[in-house]
Amino acid sequence: MLDEAVPATAPGGRRPAPPPPRPWRTRLYRWDLKASPYLYVAPFFLCFLAFGLFPLIYTGWVSLHSVDLQTSDQMQWRGFGNYTRMLHDDLFWNALRNTLTIGLLSTVPQLLMALGLAHLLNYRLRGRGFFRIAMLAPYATSIAAATLVFTLLFGRDYGMINWALGHLGLGPVDWEGGTWSSQIAISVIVTWRWTGYNALIYLAAMQAVPHDLYEAAALDGANRWQQFRHVTVPSIRPTILFTVVVSGIGATQLFGEPLLFGGGATGHSGGAAHQYQTLGLYLYDQGWYAFHLGRAAAVAWTMLLILLAIGALNLALVRIRRARKGS
Amino acid sequence: MRNPGTTPSTRTAAARQARKPLPAAAVAALCALLVAGCSSSGSSSGTGTGAASGGKVTLTVGDYGTFGYKEAGLFDAYMREHPGITIVEHTVQQESDYYPALQTHLASGSGLDDIQAVEVGRIAQVVKKQANKFVDLGTAAGVDKGAFLPWKSQQATAQGGAVIGLGTDIGPMAICYRKDLFQQAGLPTDRAEVAKLWQGDWAKFLDTGKQYQAKAPAGTFFTDSAGGLFNAVVSSSPLQYDDASGKLDYKNSPGVKAAWDLSTSAIQAGISAGLKQFDTPWNQAFANSKFATVACPSWMTAIVSDKSGPANKGKWDIAAAPSAGNWGGSFLTVPKAGKHQKEAAALAAWLTAPAQQAKVFTSVGNLPSTTGALSRPEVQGAKLDYFGDTPTGQIFAATAQSINPTVIGEWDGLVKDALTNGALLSIEQHQSDPAKAWSTAVKEIDDKVSD
Repeated sequence: MLDEAVPATAPGGRRPAPPPPRPWRTRLYRWDLKASPYLYVAPFFLCFLAFGLFPLIYTGWVSLHSVDLQTSDQMQWRGFGNYTRMLHDDLFWNALRNTLTIGLLSTVPQLLMALGLAHLLNYRLRGRGFFRIAMLAPYATSIAAATLVFTLLFGRDYGMINWALGHLGLGPVDWEGGTWSSQIAISVIVTWRWTGYNALIYLAAMQAVPHDLYEAAALDGANRWQQFRHVTVPSIRPTILFTVVVSGIGATQLFGEPLLFGGGATGHSGGAAHQYQTLGLYLYDQGWYAFHLGRAAAVAWTMLLILLAIGALNLALVRIRRARKGS
Repeated sequence: MRNPGTTPSTRTAAARQARKPLPAAAVAALCALLVAGCSSSGSSSGTGTGAASGGKVTLTVGDYGTFGYKEAGLFDAYMREHPGITIVEHTVQQESDYYPALQTHLASGSGLDDIQAVEVGRIAQVVKKQANKFVDLGTAAGVDKGAFLPWKSQQATAQGGAVIGLGTDIGPMAICYRKDLFQQAGLPTDRAEVAKLWQGDWAKFLDTGKQYQAKAPAGTFFTDSAGGLFNAVVSSSPLQYDDASGKLDYKNSPGVKAAWDLSTSAIQAGISAGLKQFDTPWNQAFANSKFATVACPSWMTAIVSDKSGPANKGKWDIAAAPSAGNWGGSFLTVPKAGKHQKEAAALAAWLTAPAQQAKVFTSVGNLPSTTGALSRPEVQGAKLDYFGDTPTGQIFAATAQSINPTVIGEWDGLVKDALTNGALLSIEQHQSDPAKAWSTAVKEIDDKVSD
């Protein structure tokens, strides 16, 4: 756009002695110059307004009301009632706790494994292209399909994992019934799906690390593990931070995997004893199972605030690091 | 940008000429694209059918589980009789997935099917809160209100007298049991003798369970789940989750209390397989012969035969339950948001008419809700191939006669779910203390049913 606009103003705007003066045309032209860029970006911002900002604000408005999904045209003002109710609900705190533990159980191993995988793929391997595509395959699989298969694998009576454990002499585990076992099972699904994706992001960042750094390190006698720790990781730190933030957002919003893991009868409640009910499921349970849309909206806004807090923390950490570097 | 080699002067002239209409055109195209994208996802039902201008009409039917229309060939028969009509069925496996989706579609007024099924546990809620969103089928052409069992049509009648749902089936309940497992455990296998073991008292059913468990074949349990037992006992109680006026009163209901005590004792006695009904492991347990009995409303026979598979054919039989009750059954409704309400009402009326109900029963076992169909010889004398010589028609039609109509309320489905898939299952899975599980469930239910 730039290379079109710049020469257009320079020679075209000051053409000497135009035969018939057509001010409206010039004005139109000038207006075009100024407005066009905005017009070009307008579709995105219109979309964002319509499908991003408006729903966000409207959800906030709904969260201050008592709304029944079945009679959603009637709204009753409730002030912050939905929020105080939520803070007094044990299930909310339970869901917050579960979201945190499942988030840690899935994000930490996932990112560590992705780092390792990316490091290995960064070497000259035979069939590198194949491995790279293979890693992305889980990401391309639909959540529903993957979760349904994993649910079968994690079955209590006839699941393959318990069958394998049985051969090792370990008792069958009621994966869905137990608290830790169900959270681990869900984390495995999440990890399986996202490890390859993060590994590719790391790989891209690693390939941008100048090769002479490794050469220098090798000359100094650093082995591969030391190279990884002292060259690779510091070089791609911004990328690691990025994936941590993105995975953190994903973990906060975790919904599809636990819902489908529990199946129709207990998916919405996150298990018989709510043992794997995440915030997303808690929202769904209130809004689409008990039909309290106002309460669900309050949960949604709380989740947004949590995400903003995580973002602020992230920003603060970056600032502190920079300040330290500067001093 | 694309071609940096072009000389500036010619390029500017060309660009100036070309650029003027371009932004407008681009924006228009984008807007058109967006609008098209929105509208096509917004109104899924009825679009692309060429409207009802004498041409072809596509009717969509939304339901869950096994309604049996396809199995009985009814959709094909109707399309043959009405060449202008195409029927598409949208089936969801579980009702607990189906109902929230239906509510979302009703709230937004889009994405609805022309005919939507509603389960009996939900119908009171729909009747109370959303009657204005459905067509009054009582006055629709081809509907004979008097054909249905009176209590059945009463459940779908709104305050002003509008009938918003036509009854499909009812769920008179018996007990399905495995003859081979009973024999191995030293229990009688003849259905009359089996019925005598627990006749008249659910406590005797529990005693039989203990007897079975003492000599049970390895790895098997007497019954599938405490939740199923709970539902069975509640279903046979005159008052269930609501008081006589239809107000939620599950805490003081003698039926709920009896069912709760009985099913928690069943867990403690170790006679339940601890499964979650309608879940995949439960399905697998049928095929693997993991339990000997399951509370069997008439529609359950379809599930039993389907999930147990050909290997277990002839091993199941059906005996009368300790006391008669109705568990489940559904209705067909026509949302007002539909584009072809008249055609949809006609189809719903036809599907729920006695002749068609009888056909559904003989092919999948859903028991008719019309008195005419119940007394038909093909229903009375029906036998399901899978159950051998068991006189299924006779057993269920006889039970249907002795059902006491009960009061249903708007929260029945939610309360039932919280108690069976919540509290009872948590006792089975986590060995929670029953008293604590009950109070936790009560707290949760009270919170959900309040505004």
